[in-house]
Amino acid sequence: MRVARSRTPYVLIAPAVIAMLGFLVYPMGSVIYYSLQHYDVTQPWDNGFAGLENFRVLLFEDPLFWQSLGFSVKWVVVEVVLQLLFGLALALIVNETFIGRAVSRALVFSPWAVSGVLTTGIWILLYNPSTGIFRYLADIGIGGYDTAPLADPSTVFAAAVVAELWRGVPFFAILLLADLQTVSGELYEAASVDGASRIRRFVHITLPHLKDAIILSTLLRAVWEFNNVDLLYTLTGGGPAHQTTTLPLYVAAKAVQSHDFGYGSALTTAAFLVLTFFSIAYLRLSKFGARS
Amino acid sequence: MTTTLIRPVAKAAPPITRKPANRVSRWQIYLPLGLYLLFTLVPFYWMVVFAFRPRGSDSLLPWPVTLDNFEHVWTGMGFSVFFQNSLLVGVASLISTTVIALAGGYALARYDFRGRQAFLVGMLCTQFIPGAMMLIPLFEIFRTLGLVNSLWALVIAETVFQLPLSLILISGFVKNIPIELEQAAWVDGCSRLRGFFAVVLPMLRPALVAVGSFAFIHSWNNFLFALMFVNEQDKFTLPVGLAFTIGEFSADFGALAAGGVVAAVPVVLVFAVIQRYLVQGLSAGAVKG
Repeated sequence: MRVARSRTPYVLIAPAVIAMLGFLVYPMGSVIYYSLQHYDVTQPWDNGFAGLENFRVLLFEDPLFWQSLGFSVKWVVVEVVLQLLFGLALALIVNETFIGRAVSRALVFSPWAVSGVLTTGIWILLYNPSTGIFRYLADIGIGGYDTAPLADPSTVFAAAVVAELWRGVPFFAILLLADLQTVSGELYEAASVDGASRIRRFVHITLPHLKDAIILSTLLRAVWEFNNVDLLYTLTGGGPAHQTTTLPLYVAAKAVQSHDFGYGSALTTAAFLVLTFFSIAYLRLSKFGARS
Repeated sequence: MTTTLIRPVAKAAPPITRKPANRVSRWQIYLPLGLYLLFTLVPFYWMVVFAFRPRGSDSLLPWPVTLDNFEHVWTGMGFSVFFQNSLLVGVASLISTTVIALAGGYALARYDFRGRQAFLVGMLCTQFIPGAMMLIPLFEIFRTLGLVNSLWALVIAETVFQLPLSLILISGFVKNIPIELEQAAWVDGCSRLRGFFAVVLPMLRPALVAVGSFAFIHSWNNFLFALMFVNEQDKFTLPVGLAFTIGEFSADFGALAAGGVVAAVPVVLVFAVIQRYLVQGLSAGAVKG
């Protein structure tokens, strides 16, 4: 790497910097600014500096903030853990040599390319009590004819989790497969010559090798699942009775439906802080990048 | 790490040739894989059946095949227009993301300049910005720029949100290309720019495929920006059109399924073609930066 004395690197990086300053940094700054303001389109007479008033309301007077934050945590933990486990298993399987491997990979990875809205569309067809899969399962004696996962408050969470799992597992499978392919074959050879069992080889070679990839992919995915609203917005709409409302869904509802931009911005800022602190703590605690 | 592994295990000396314990038996692969394939493919199949079978049928086979549902969504519900809009946004985002990330990624990998470190940290921070929560300020910006109800607002927003990861990916890739290769080209009289096009660019193909397909698939699939920044029906993209079909879901499953097929086919095809390069690209060390 050379220390540049020319303008070349600045010219090359300028478009990226300008785009990100204008459409990421500036909007984020204005969110923080609005979070300190009363800014409600429907009550313009109240607009003005509010100090930390929005945050006081948020922390002490808004049960929905805590409820949606709690659900966000539950959603992220359940999704990331399950996606990681299934994704790792899937990556290990399609990393083996067998007939039909290329086709299998393409097929099991394919839901990754599908949007949240489309996932909702597909699973609505599948969950539908009159023509969905449960009717045909009932025909062969599994379950009852009235199974309607999305309508029943006791099953709506599980139904949403499975739909998101369908689309989310390939993310981990792809990333972990990519990392698996960089494990040196010699290590395995040496270990198996020494008589190490498959499980031992997995624990002592594969897992340590995958450690950084697992930390990074779980973090990226946790942030992504926290922020992602497409699926829940269209599948459950956050209901029934706010049961599946995540924090971003709550913000979207607050901003879009009630036009309270000041309070919505305070919620956004709170979410950003939660994510940032979580990420730093996660990277610290997991000793990312440390050599074992 | 290796020393603990090579430690002999108290067992009879194993033969050097591949022994059964080394191999995974067939059913250990095919059984879990088959089960998972079922989980992956049944939902797709359900959509295809609903899309192709006649209205009112509840057969589990799409037979007799009918294109009525497709005709209905394509011309009657405006999916032909949504499709064009999605295609435009997808291709434009692909081009702008790839070009900007290519230039910036090369600079990050090959030059040490003032502000480089700050830029890298800033880029990391952007990963925590919830896209859904930028809706209000972005909407205000686009209103100021007169871009509300313009597809270009979507292209800009998509590009910006794709840039950080794309820059990291490309700069990681460029770092893996030995600078000596470029230097050899310069010695041969190539300018830095010509050297880049002759040496670096061809080797970046997997990275460009990864970044470009990420950008295309993401913008093709994006819902919330399209929902917020575009209100006129002739500017809708496929996810928004689809969401409106879901909104009326008690009514028309056939239309929902056919619309779903229209939205799925391009990205799933693109993905089927590129997924091999994607795995290669990521395993070339790009993940580690």
